[in-house]
This record gives sequence, C-alpha cells and structure tokens, in this order.
Amino acid sequence: MPASTTARPTLFERYTSLVASALGLEPGTGTAGGSARGAFTLPPLPYATSALAPVIDTRTMELHHGKHHRAYVDKLDAALKNHRSLAAKPLHTLLESLDTLPAAIRKAVRDNGGGHANHSMLWEIMGPPGEGSQAPTGALAEAIAKSFGSLDKMKAAVEAEGAGQFGSGWVFVLVAPDGGLSIETRPNQDSPLMDGKRPLLGNDLWEHAYYLTYENRRADYLKAWWAVVNWDAVARRYDAARAGTLTV
Amino acid sequence: MSFTLPDLPYAYDALAPYMSRETLEYHHDKHHNAYVTTGNNLLKGSEWEGKSIEEVVKGAYGKNQGLFNNAGQHFNHTHFWKWMKPNGGGDKLPGELEKAIVADLGSLAKAKEDFVQAGTTQFGSGWAWLAVKDGKITVMKTPNGENPLVHGATPILGVDVWEHSYYIDYRNRRPDYLKAFVDHLVNWEYVAELYAAASK
Repeated sequence: MPASTTARPTLFERYTSLVASALGLEPGTGTAGGSARGAFTLPPLPYATSALAPVIDTRTMELHHGKHHRAYVDKLDAALKNHRSLAAKPLHTLLESLDTLPAAIRKAVRDNGGGHANHSMLWEIMGPPGEGSQAPTGALAEAIAKSFGSLDKMKAAVEAEGAGQFGSGWVFVLVAPDGGLSIETRPNQDSPLMDGKRPLLGNDLWEHAYYLTYENRRADYLKAWWAVVNWDAVARRYDAARAGTLTV
Repeated sequence: MSFTLPDLPYAYDALAPYMSRETLEYHHDKHHNAYVTTGNNLLKGSEWEGKSIEEVVKGAYGKNQGLFNNAGQHFNHTHFWKWMKPNGGGDKLPGELEKAIVADLGSLAKAKEDFVQAGTTQFGSGWAWLAVKDGKITVMKTPNGENPLVHGATPILGVDVWEHSYYIDYRNRRPDYLKAFVDHLVNWEYVAELYAAASK
C-alpha cells in the first residue's frame, strides 16, 4: 500500500522525460512511464519493422512489437485500472517496489510491467545493421575493456549466459552507478529494475524473439544479434546511468 | 540406463493442420533430441546413472538443476507425443476416466476449460497438466521442464506451452493452440491408461 510513501516523479523528471522523448533520445524513458491519464503506452518502434532484417525478420518484429509487447502494455494497464495512484507512477518506480504493491496485482505488474520495461529497452538499443557506430567508443568502450577485458569477451560472455538460461528469459549487461558492468540473466519478464539495478543492454531469450528465423538455434541468434545493436543508443544509456537519470 | 529418443507414434504430418509437420520435426528431432543428448551427458557419472527416468526427475529436483531440466523435459516430451493422436480430442472418453473427471473436476467441459486456462496463464515456458494427487484428478501448471512428479502427483495429461510447441502454427496465439489441442489432438485412451495405473 504505501502508495503515498513512494515519490511521484518530480517536475524535473517529468521535464527531462518529455524533452528526451521529444528529441527521440530515449524512447524507453519517454514512453514507459505513466502518462497523465495513468495509462501506459506502447512506444513506437524507432525504425521500420523491416529495418533489422535479415538479422531479425519483419514478421518477427511485427509480432514481437505489435502483439507481444502490446499485450504486456494492455495487461499492465488492466492490472492498474483501479489503482490510479499506482498507474501514475513511472514504470521503474513500480518495478523497484513490487513488494509494496497490493498482492492481487503484484504478479501482473511483475510479468507485464517487466515485459514493458524489457521490450522498451530492447527497441531502444537496436538499429539497422551498418548504421551508426559499429562498436562502442569513449567512456563506454573503456568501461567494457575494464569490466570484461574486451568487447569480444563481453559478447562471448553474454552469448554463453544467454544460451544457458533454460526456458524463457533475458540476458542483460548491467551498469552500476560507478560505471562498472556485469552480466546477469533473469527468467521470464523479470527485470533488473526489480532489484534496483539498471540494464545497459539486454537480449530477449523467449523463443518468440528468434524462432521464425533461427528455430531452435538460440546460440546462432545470440551471435547474429550484435549486428543490430545500436552502440550510439547504448552509449547514451551508459551516460544516463552515470548521471543517475537512466530509468528503464 | 541412458535416455533414448522415442520415435513419434504417428507420421510427422499426422496431426496437421492442428500441429504441422514442421513443428513436429523441430520439436521432436531438435528440441526433444537435445534434451536426450544433454541429459545423457549430465547423467553420466552422476548418482542417478542407471535409475529410471522418474527417479532421475524426482532425485535431481532441487539438487542438479541442469540434469533436472533435461530429464524433466525428456519425461514430459516422451508422454507428450503419446498424449496426442490424429483425430483426437472430442468428448468420447473411456468410462472410468470420464466418471473420475466429472467427480473430481465437475464436468468434462469444466476440466477442459481449467486445463486451457492453466496453459494460458503459465507465464513463460512450461506445461499445463491433469494429474492424480491423493487419489483425485487435479489441474496443475509448472514452469520450464518441471512436472507434477516433483509435487507428489502423477501426470496423466500434459500440454507443452513453450513457444516452440506452437509458434510456427499459432504465432503468439497460445489460447488457440490449447483449444485445438483439447478439441482435436488429445489421446484420451492414453490418458485413461495412465489414470488407471495412477489410481491403482
């Protein structure tokens, strides 16, 4: 219950979220928080559904964004329909305080709010193959070298952890407040936000993310996926995490 | 005794259009085969080598997660193929089984409804079940490779709700897949056989 004890977004948070959203900088931030009506919305893809082919096929993107992600948003909204003060909170605040939510809606918010946050992050950090930076630069590149030794070692570790997650879930590279990076997996739609942690990037291990193109070969998908990672978007998330403004 | 991939008890295209040849080829030849291969590798040298599949599943639960996942899925899929047949489903059940379902779950319609609901609400990969526990038929759901054996129950019907089981044929529409399973695929004779053995 303590709906009253969790802070509503400050004017500054709302302002930065609006600005980021208007500039198209952080789709996840601008669209994954509660709107003025207390309803969550499906963020538009920042590229065409065909833009990630052949790494991720058009039909998969249509279903993944238009059906799976939409269902998480709709079910999150439905769960919060009679909880206006909760529906007005930013998504990361809800996920960070799951154990304070009414028991009747806790699992629905966990599954669907987690699904909303995870997918909002996923669309944000991908982009057409060959566009933008082809590898991390600057502070992000340094953090990767420091935490993993090299980009290749980070990729190999993400692929190994992702392949080892039995059943549906996610593999994440987390960014700590001090800029340190680490790799963790979560089952189903659980999000690191639920543990107060922040994902720098993450990949979806549900079969719906890859089955139409890769069938049972999850490892091939994990390896191919790096070609659609938008390192400029990842760098923006890294900078936001260092500044303490990364939300979902 | 090591795990062996059983042949499908029907042709790959026998369950179409409710479950396509392509789905069965991947599901049986790739997914189930991987559980058998990985399971055998993990079984080798473990304390459960030489035990029955049921003993491996129950023994490895909570003790050896990797082995449990693969042994559980081997058990689940071995029965899953037999839980389906061409022209299955429908409302004609062997008498004793139907009586028990009505007595324990209210009616056949209610049993099907609850079974489909369990499959629909199992979030993420897993299974929905009819199982016998303490002499009564009950509806259950479990995540990933888990099954009723580790909850003191004996499964008599199960449906795979991992996306690989329906994504080629039904995309995101899991409830449509579950409805087709109960209406057109369930092999009630095999369910009755397991029920008879479980209630002895």
